Amino acid sequence: MKKKNVLSKVYTGLMLLFLFAPIFVLIVFSFNESKSRALFTGFTFKWYVELFQNEMIMSALWGSLSMAFCSSTIAAIVGTAAAVGIHKIQRKGIRTAIMNITYLPVLNPEIVTGISMMLLFVIFKNLLGIKLGFITVLIAHVTFCLPYAILNVLPKLRQMDPSLYEAAQDLGCPPVRAFFKVVIPEIMPGIISGYLMSFTFSLDDFIITYFTSGSGFTSLPLVIYSMVRKKVNPQINALSAIIFVVVLLMLLISNLVQARKEKAD
Amino acid sequence: MAEQTRHRPFDMAKLTSVPYLVWMLLFTIVPLGMVVWYAFTAYPNTDFTLQNFAGVLKYGKTFWKSIYLSLIATVVCLIVGFPMGFIMSRMSERGQRTMQMLIMLPMWMSFLLRTYAWMTLLENEGLINKFLGLFGIGPFQMINTQGAIVLGMVYNYLPYMILPLYSVMVKIDQSVIEAAQDLGADGFHVLIRVILPLAVPGIVTGITMVFVPSVSTFIISRMLGGGSNLLIGDLIEQQFLGSVYNPGVGSAMSLILMVMILLIMGVINRFDSDEMEGMLV
Repeated sequence: MKKKNVLSKVYTGLMLLFLFAPIFVLIVFSFNESKSRALFTGFTFKWYVELFQNEMIMSALWGSLSMAFCSSTIAAIVGTAAAVGIHKIQRKGIRTAIMNITYLPVLNPEIVTGISMMLLFVIFKNLLGIKLGFITVLIAHVTFCLPYAILNVLPKLRQMDPSLYEAAQDLGCPPVRAFFKVVIPEIMPGIISGYLMSFTFSLDDFIITYFTSGSGFTSLPLVIYSMVRKKVNPQINALSAIIFVVVLLMLLISNLVQARKEKAD
Repeated sequence: MAEQTRHRPFDMAKLTSVPYLVWMLLFTIVPLGMVVWYAFTAYPNTDFTLQNFAGVLKYGKTFWKSIYLSLIATVVCLIVGFPMGFIMSRMSERGQRTMQMLIMLPMWMSFLLRTYAWMTLLENEGLINKFLGLFGIGPFQMINTQGAIVLGMVYNYLPYMILPLYSVMVKIDQSVIEAAQDLGADGFHVLIRVILPLAVPGIVTGITMVFVPSVSTFIISRMLGGGSNLLIGDLIEQQFLGSVYNPGVGSAMSLILMVMILLIMGVINRFDSDEMEGMLV
């Protein structure tokens, strides 16, 4: 039994080494004086300074954040409404059909989703004069966020006691108000987790944005891609280090919140 | 009468899914319909043709290479990820939470940065070759090879294999394993007869989540494979954003890719449900 434990620990250690060593190297070289990616010549913060002075990156970051905010907000509203509607549909055939459509963007390879929307947006451009840019990327992001908004809310609706809503109405509450006072608070955790998923997916998306943005919109992943292609640029290392720390902090916080919640339960 | 007023809000509620359905029709169904349309017409004309598919045939080798490399990556992920998922599932609650976080951490970083990290490690003047050089070994040509592409796939998508495996295996009660051992099963038989069948749903999810993005990637092949190792994704990207705009052939390729993936997933999922039925009986 002891031997097995040691083996498990060694395996886990090797796995973590494999997952984190490349990122760790990236971070170490963000403090490297020279542009070399193999020799450490001296300690510096200059790449971080340059990063924050790089207007292209800063405006792309701003673009990504506003895109994530807009797309996940729209997806949360439309998706929650859709989940409420789908939940009420009794006919099994219709329900299955709708759920299949919902899963379609999740299962389809991203590149196919990307080019299919691009084909539509090219027609938009020719017929309606809508250029590829913020609007088209927003439409694309809402489309791939919607399934996550719906799939997070549906289970909460199923868990909810339907008599709560009926009781509110029996006590004289009009249906719409009863919905906002009773149903929404009950399904709020689902709405929030769907929102957070949408937000991170939108922030992180490269492939679909790449095909739907034209030259009218730049997101952070798009800028990273253009920088990576030019090869040597330690600003990317600095950016990786910052993203790593931000993600680590967010995960730690969510972990702490979860642990506390479980303790309270 | 009272009955009726009570049911009316229910009917109204169904209508709230209408905006969503219109949205999906416009931005999922119609675009996919356009892919089919372009695949069967001779752009820029609208005549029916099979020429685009004939054009794809030229690239048959690339299709096989994409499938071959992503299959290797999927198998490696399964072999490496399975023990990890199991080890995780037997940890203390706190250990499980920490490990989940650590596995997810690289996942939340942009996959462009993860791939870039390997680019800098594998290049001819990179850290690995410099390190080996200290011992007088190498330098090896590592970047711009098929091996580098597989490594990039494994590194990027391994967490998507580990997490579903873990979440299935964490539900296997330790007493089930002990019962098998008490009944005389050795380690190998516990694995084959008890753990593996119970882990099938996780294996299926893991395979799908690794294979689909691997087979359709164009970033990993471009960054780690150089110009000479094109995959399906690169070909599709070139038809739409390359120097020649050729939506006909690009759509035909996308259609083939999509149908291929749906078929493969259909086969895998059938395997899953068969196993499940077998388990329930």
